[in-house]
Amino acid sequence: MEAHPNRLMKESPGDRIFNVATYLYLAIVFVLVAYPLIYVVSASFSAPSAVISGKVWLWPVEPTLNGYEAVFKNKQLVSGFANSLFYMVAGTLINLVMTVMAAFPLSRKELFGRNLFMAIFLFTMLFSGGLIPTFLLVRDLGLLDTRWAMILPVALSVWNLIITRTYFQATIPDELYEAASMDGCTDFRFLLRMALPLSAPILAVMALYYGVGHWNSYFNALIYLKSPDLQPLQIILRNILVLNQLDPTMMQDFEVLQRKQGLADIVKYAVIVVASLPVLLIYPFVQKYFVRGIMIGAIKG
Amino acid sequence: MKADVLVRTDWNRKSRRITRHTIRRMLAHWQLYVILLPPLLYVIIFHYIPMYGIQLAFKQFQAMSGIGGSPWVGFKHFDQFFNSPSSWRIIRNTVGISLYSLAAGFAFPILLAVALNEVRGRFFKKTVQMVTYAPYFISTVVLVGMLMQILDPRIGVINQFITLFGGDPVNLMGKAAYFKSIYVWTTIWQGTGYSAVIYLAALSGVSKDLQEACVIDGASKLRRIWHVDLPAIRPTIVILLVLSFGNVMNVGYEMIFLMQNSLNLTTSEIISTYVYKVGLVNANFSFSTAIGLFNSVINLILLVAANYAAKKFTDSSLW
Repeated sequence: MEAHPNRLMKESPGDRIFNVATYLYLAIVFVLVAYPLIYVVSASFSAPSAVISGKVWLWPVEPTLNGYEAVFKNKQLVSGFANSLFYMVAGTLINLVMTVMAAFPLSRKELFGRNLFMAIFLFTMLFSGGLIPTFLLVRDLGLLDTRWAMILPVALSVWNLIITRTYFQATIPDELYEAASMDGCTDFRFLLRMALPLSAPILAVMALYYGVGHWNSYFNALIYLKSPDLQPLQIILRNILVLNQLDPTMMQDFEVLQRKQGLADIVKYAVIVVASLPVLLIYPFVQKYFVRGIMIGAIKG
Repeated sequence: MKADVLVRTDWNRKSRRITRHTIRRMLAHWQLYVILLPPLLYVIIFHYIPMYGIQLAFKQFQAMSGIGGSPWVGFKHFDQFFNSPSSWRIIRNTVGISLYSLAAGFAFPILLAVALNEVRGRFFKKTVQMVTYAPYFISTVVLVGMLMQILDPRIGVINQFITLFGGDPVNLMGKAAYFKSIYVWTTIWQGTGYSAVIYLAALSGVSKDLQEACVIDGASKLRRIWHVDLPAIRPTIVILLVLSFGNVMNVGYEMIFLMQNSLNLTTSEIISTYVYKVGLVNANFSFSTAIGLFNSVINLILLVAANYAAKKFTDSSLW
């Protein structure tokens, strides 16, 4: 890092007040954001009686793993977890293939009618058919209540297409493409041998964006899926956290315990932690890719 | 006359040459079109065919005859919607929540980004950035679940605070008057760190020379931020503002839908959740499509208008 301009000169009293204010402001923001997160994690590890009587403020009180035990015994949660994993992996793979297949040709000057094709994609960001026409289409295609309904309707995000296309334009020089064309390299070959290896960073960013999107979404499952064994994790979570419907088979398991300790209240905290864990665990390691993705997107605005 | 013909034949010849050249160029790169075909088919099927289905808004849907065969009814569904007592309340809720969150939330990411940009301790900066960014990755369902736990009248930490100071527990999620604020401040909590990254990216492009020149001229930090940093990120601010105006009618329905209960519905029902309930829960396809279309058209108009205003009054715009 080069010297920050501030180091060039002695700071005035006004600037010192400003510095203190900046740090104070950031510290307050930090606490406001972090406190609910810490509280939820602490409550999930605390004894139910301590949470209900309001003894938990920051750290776990009378630590216990009962809540987590109940979560991992719940068959619905486990099956939801597996389904979500499938939708995320399969969905993201298709997303990546489609995004590259759209972004690569649209980044080449040689594609006659490029602006027209781009306009066809961009217009869908401004205007859409809406909920019912889309639902009727998915129904008429026979996708309702199939795993495809979670993948095909969201096979491509135009926003991510724009970011990837910008990246291709910036990193693959026209000269390289022209030279390869002259040497008789076909477009298929160029895409597979040159463009893809060069685009590993953007593919990582896209995989993360799409992956998190699949993992966290619930609305498509709500409208397209009926069978209990196809439901993703978020729908199961909605039943437990928002609609207050704990699976009856699960209730029987610890009904005795629950009467004794009010376990159900704690299970919710444990459910929240377990459901967010996969994303939050990898997040510190991939954060810089997310930031990079936003920056690439910001170039184009 | 003669000259005119000459010019025209010349033009024809040129255009023919261009066409031939274009066709040759297209043939040489036919594989690009093959690669583009699957994504193109995707948008046509999953985005443009539903647009064709919008005609349902002006028809009475009959399951037997399908979209094309159902009879036309003109503006009947729009009349029905605008004449129903709930329509204006729903529109008011939608616009109200949207403008509230725009007004309350817009400055926070900019403040956070500018403050983070001033911090020199790398560890402090990284930590604050990482923690404020983290809520963005919490799913909507989990976020609402957390909210309901924390605001719970019996075991929620907020009410434990209230009772600690001698107050009576309040069912915050059940009070219609609180709904907007709870929604808006929760989204600010979740989204500020994420949006700040966009501004931070823009701030990293501010010229160091300009900064140094300011320091040498004896400008205070506050002045430097005002005269150098903020103008530098102005295009980003304008573009994000335009985008949020284009989304005024699309408030976060996925989250609001989860937060709704029978007690707060008077303030929490918005157009998108209403479209879902009328259309998919009550299977009133045509009526729902009409309301959805109204929503999309208003959105499109707002976006175009905001972009026009941005172009006119500043030098940055979406297109």
